[in-house]
Amino acid sequence: MNFMASKQPENSLLGPEADSQRTLYPYVTGTSVVALKYKDGILMAADMGGSYGSTLRYKSVERMKPIGKHSLLGASGEISDFQEILRYLDELILYDNMWDDGNSLGPKEVHNYLTRVMYNRRNKFNPLWNSLVLGGVKNGQKYLGTVSMIGVNFEDNHVATGFGNHLARPILRQEWHENLSYEDGVRLLEKCMRVLLYRDRSAINKLQIAKITEEGMTISQPYSLKTYWEFSAFANPAQGAVGTW
Amino acid sequence: MDLNMDLNAPHSMGTTIIGVTYNGGVVLGADSRTSTGMYVANRASDKITQLTDNVYVCRSGSAADSQLVSDYVRYFLHQHTIQLGQPATVKVAANLIRLISYNNKNMLETGLIVGGWDKYEGGKIYGIPLGGTLIEQPFAIGGSGSSYLYGFFDQAWKEGMTKDEAEQLVVKAVSLAIARDGASGGVVRTVVINSEGVTRNFYPGDKLQLWHEELEPQNSLLDILNSPSPEPMNI
Repeated sequence: MNFMASKQPENSLLGPEADSQRTLYPYVTGTSVVALKYKDGILMAADMGGSYGSTLRYKSVERMKPIGKHSLLGASGEISDFQEILRYLDELILYDNMWDDGNSLGPKEVHNYLTRVMYNRRNKFNPLWNSLVLGGVKNGQKYLGTVSMIGVNFEDNHVATGFGNHLARPILRQEWHENLSYEDGVRLLEKCMRVLLYRDRSAINKLQIAKITEEGMTISQPYSLKTYWEFSAFANPAQGAVGTW
Repeated sequence: MDLNMDLNAPHSMGTTIIGVTYNGGVVLGADSRTSTGMYVANRASDKITQLTDNVYVCRSGSAADSQLVSDYVRYFLHQHTIQLGQPATVKVAANLIRLISYNNKNMLETGLIVGGWDKYEGGKIYGIPLGGTLIEQPFAIGGSGSSYLYGFFDQAWKEGMTKDEAEQLVVKAVSLAIARDGASGGVVRTVVINSEGVTRNFYPGDKLQLWHEELEPQNSLLDILNSPSPEPMNI
């Protein structure tokens, strides 16, 4: 029996021809982003790794970028999709500036825009494979929000993506409080990043911490954290049980 | 995350293990990371396991399978030593590993490197990958991290190294693999076996040489920001 294959219009997203247009799985990925509100604004940390599967391929990837005057965007997931998002936001900020009316998009508005972009892509089964953290300060108001690749979004005093959800957020829930100083905020983020370095396979020991306040934003130079290996049990774990892991 | 991957291809194993012969004995080396998926379940594991006084094995692949195979072989070797009346040879130990790996090839997922010293043949290294092939080699590398070391060893391996040269080579190699393989990490452990006995060494992660794009570790960003800025240049 001979069936006529049903013919799709050329621009349809159904059928085999459309598969090359859909993101099925990520290739070059960044791991956790962790952020918290502190006295003067937002602090955000991310390592500089771009993994290619299990290979730690790129070690100088900047995963946090300023957006306009008031916002800071951190991303985990597919790096090429993050770069595309930066292009969209660039256009958004450009059009905002062209109004030349003294007003400028704040973090809450940027977060809302990103949420709509991510959710609409998800509805077309062609997601931007990222988890985003958007933080900023405008007119004295601090804002910190997150959006996932399926459009789940919320704001909070401290957020994290990826493994950070499991390893960093419990630490933040315990130790975060209102009006953290800059030093305490940095130390708290470093505590989270160190745990991630020990326990996340895709983490590398090279990170940046970004700060955004009413005055503006800065991203630190890349640096590495000291790690601790001197527990006596680490030196000879098989002492009590030969063949142990 | 290729969901259509060939189910018959060997699973790449989280680990870097190395065994190297030198003039007088062998040096075994391994990283210390055990992972369940993307989580590091143990950051200070000991993957170099004793079989007899003079024979050790590096384990990779499934932690459970490699532990059980080692336990069985240790048990058989113990009986064999008693019956023989003298220490077992490295070849016998390797062959026992092979027998178990080969005869249970459908169920096991573990790659092993057996290394040791005996009075008949001196220092010897035997690689026993998935499937149970036994192959005697002057040096052997295994685990997922070994992919990054084939070129390195092609260039850096030499016959007739001294004990210190061999150990430095092993530490350098495991450290390089750790830098690029997400499934390897932690500390570098080595075991040196020769006529005089066995020496265990431990190289914590922060004591290893820095490679490309790696930076000197700091206590905190605050220390960097508070450190005095360099003197301005005078022309």
